[in-house]
Amino acid sequence: MRIRREGFTHVTDGTAATPKIVGTSVPKLDGYALAAGAPLYADDIAERDFPGRLHGRILTSPIAHGVIESIDVARAEALPGVHLVLTCKNTPRMFYTTAGQGWPEPSPYDNQMFGDRVRFVGDRVAAVFAETRQIAEDALKLVDVKYQELPAVLAAADAMVDGAPVIHPENPKGAYDASRNIAAHVDVVVGDVDKALAASEVTISRRFETQYAQHVPMETHTAFSYVDPYGKVVIVSSTQVPWHVRRIVSRLIGVPMSRMRVIKPRIGGGYGTKQEVLIEDLVAYAALLTGRPCEIRLTRKEEFCSARTRHPMRIDVSIGSDRAGHFTALKMYVLSNTGAYGSHGLTVMSNTGSKTLPLYNKAKDVRFYGDAVYTNLPVAGAYRGYGATQGYAALETAIDDLAATLNMDPLELRKKNVIAVGEGSPIFEALGEGRQGVAQTIKSCTLPILMERGAAAIGWNEKRGKRIRSGHKVRGVGMSTHMQGSGIPLIDMASASIKLNEDGTYFLTMGATDIGTGSDTILAQLAAEVLGVSTDRFSVLSSDTDLTPFDVGAYASSTTFVSGGAVLKAAKSVRNQIFQVAATILGEELDEALVHAEPKVEGDDTSPDPILSFYRMEDGFVVSERSGKRVSVSDVGYRSFYETNQKQIAATESFVSPYSPPPFAANFAEIEVDELTGKIQVLHYVTAVDCGISINPDLVRGQILGAVANGIGFALTEEYKFSARGAMVNSSLFDYKILSRRDMPPVEVIVVDSYETNGPLGAKSVAEIGINGPIPAIGNAFFDATGIRLHQTPYSPERVLAALRGGAD
Amino acid sequence: MTTTLTVNGTMCTVEIDPGDILLDVLRREGTLEVRGDCHTGDCGVCTVLLDGRPVASCLMFAAKAAGHAITTVRGVGTEAHPHPLQEAFVHNGAVQCGYCIPGAILAAKALLDENPDPDDQAIRLGMDSNYCRCTGYEQQIEAVKAAAAAMREDVHQ
Repeated sequence: MRIRREGFTHVTDGTAATPKIVGTSVPKLDGYALAAGAPLYADDIAERDFPGRLHGRILTSPIAHGVIESIDVARAEALPGVHLVLTCKNTPRMFYTTAGQGWPEPSPYDNQMFGDRVRFVGDRVAAVFAETRQIAEDALKLVDVKYQELPAVLAAADAMVDGAPVIHPENPKGAYDASRNIAAHVDVVVGDVDKALAASEVTISRRFETQYAQHVPMETHTAFSYVDPYGKVVIVSSTQVPWHVRRIVSRLIGVPMSRMRVIKPRIGGGYGTKQEVLIEDLVAYAALLTGRPCEIRLTRKEEFCSARTRHPMRIDVSIGSDRAGHFTALKMYVLSNTGAYGSHGLTVMSNTGSKTLPLYNKAKDVRFYGDAVYTNLPVAGAYRGYGATQGYAALETAIDDLAATLNMDPLELRKKNVIAVGEGSPIFEALGEGRQGVAQTIKSCTLPILMERGAAAIGWNEKRGKRIRSGHKVRGVGMSTHMQGSGIPLIDMASASIKLNEDGTYFLTMGATDIGTGSDTILAQLAAEVLGVSTDRFSVLSSDTDLTPFDVGAYASSTTFVSGGAVLKAAKSVRNQIFQVAATILGEELDEALVHAEPKVEGDDTSPDPILSFYRMEDGFVVSERSGKRVSVSDVGYRSFYETNQKQIAATESFVSPYSPPPFAANFAEIEVDELTGKIQVLHYVTAVDCGISINPDLVRGQILGAVANGIGFALTEEYKFSARGAMVNSSLFDYKILSRRDMPPVEVIVVDSYETNGPLGAKSVAEIGINGPIPAIGNAFFDATGIRLHQTPYSPERVLAALRGGAD
Repeated sequence: MTTTLTVNGTMCTVEIDPGDILLDVLRREGTLEVRGDCHTGDCGVCTVLLDGRPVASCLMFAAKAAGHAITTVRGVGTEAHPHPLQEAFVHNGAVQCGYCIPGAILAAKALLDENPDPDDQAIRLGMDSNYCRCTGYEQQIEAVKAAAAAMREDVHQ
């Protein structure tokens, strides 16, 4: 079958060592099973294996803020078919965070399984487990709750005002200043930014606001739990963070990790929302209490109202520059709305600065500061882009305004200021994820090529400033530049195990959590490359806390880089053990020190492992570089299993990196503005990305396309609407508009590989960066078309019309 | 009440309530390739073909499906015997999390049955009811074109 990959260009410079498997678009290992509808998701497994399970439903708060005066579950418990009703009266009282992050946990402990206080419309009040979903739902109506309603904070700007209602009077551990509703606060200063701004020849200050929006995974949060014959609580969950689920639930319900197992099956989309422990505690606790398998599957409405959202932010940016366009100072203040709980509040806000400001490292005086505030609105959390999306919305549109002030081409202005290979930024060291960061020097960056190629593809020079008009429609082009990271340096750790079977095939187990991204496949490709076989020689098992080694999970653009590092090390270790046995079979000498040398991830292109001057792996054989003789890996396997010096050839390796090499991107949009309706039509979108070596170009492209599609939705249509009392009023896919096939413009993807010397076989991350481009690129195109700046997303027809008519947006 | 459903050519007698939704009955009976979470007909994940035409099984009473041929994605192709659409999806990176894929494949199948050579716009329109949050659609649209071309060649041979 011939597939025409239109609108996809993959550029490799050919200088890196030529791999065979890495760089090839191997089809996803689970592709056929997924395309054929195999029963692989949590609810499929529950339905197949546990038809007699109990079904849980959650009663949620109808008010934005209040105290539960009384709660009577007697009528609900009496309903035939109801087995368990959980409330604040019969559940652990421990405070914890639902954010599935590393340890120590950077989010405040402001959440309880059930509290006597409700803090947003959608907050947990009770849960019912019953024989059927319908009975559980009927029982919810029989739970009699009396609330004492309290005044609510329904806007972030009101949260810190004197006299504002205090949302967490219990003063949660880890919250910055609960008495003023400040969940988290950051202030990082390099130099003297106010002085530098005052001294700059040109300064510009802009404010940008982003909205409440959601991940909208096609599969809502789903988990079930059962107690296995050994008394172990098994949780099968659509999670991105199986180990964090185990840790959090284990501590919460008091079951030791030895009696808890978390399995991640295939999951129907994550994008960050499943980096959160939202239902696993309930199903596990219910399974423990009832002795029956218990499942919860959120409804779409619950997913919208009670799951997680993107932190809405109001961002103030000031840029100082000389008249030639060299940045001198950057200042960014963030007011982040974390909603009723501070999940990821500190770290998302940190990334708003740490993933944006280092891109413009020429500015010597920099300040990044912000407050993440509690409100009585839905809870924000991790969401692809993780604060950088909001930061770039503000920063890249402000830079566009600066270009206009300087009368410069915005592309040229960026070329003068972006970070380059060999350079660092003091922000890398000053600002990490909620704590001090780690100094970084850029080792790989094709950003100049990305800008050139992207500009050519969109027709930048021909179209910019032309305002081509057709009746009441006018066109414009805009662009933006970006970086992200590859995992959290010195925090994110991954591990992987590889063992050899005696027929020369391998078993790869890893903690890495494939959430649809294809990480099982690309990680197998890395191992296959090292071991000189194709991926069909691998059996892969991932994300089972009993059967696979630890991994922090799928977040922070970490999997390719961090989990990839672990897989690479394990593969090298196994390879060296194979070489050792091969040497004895071939009667050749091999220095033990080479075999047992710590396998490394860094620098494969410039300094290959010394052992490779003695042997190489080739198509299932070990080939001696000295004698040219070869022996099959299967012979090695049989010998080590059954004959001499018998042992299982296997290795478990872990990887943690002091580096988080940024991927880079340049985005370009051509749009048409309908001045009558206010509708923005994206005509053509070009995204040029450097993710290091593309391990699997088709999957790289898919990551970029998916992120861009989500980003365009965030830019144009997606928005929570609230009633005056803080209830979401558009909690369905009919009323909350994500982009369909007809809505999506043609998106051209240009991938220009670099070789990241700190990454596994040259790779860095790609998952998040694509989502950051649409807001600034489209906003800047609107400015090019109309001369009017939009300062708030989404760029809905109402908002666009108001801006066109001179109203405030 | 008892009714008879025909799923992928196999007739099965099922016990249902008059108000039972087709999606729920199919899953209860083990037809687990049909999934859905919105239950409002908005996402397209639960798509099945009813006499060859795509319908949202989350909006249909099971009783109404009696006497009609229901086709799920496993009636189109399986891991061992994939349909060209499934081949093309898998080989073009068009399957990410996979949750929406059965519905998308069925919508594409219905489209190609009516129009064996659809252009870009026809594909976008024909599959517009099937949301995908992972892929941005582009690779799926290319895959449908490639599968359509392969199927046309097959017909000519």
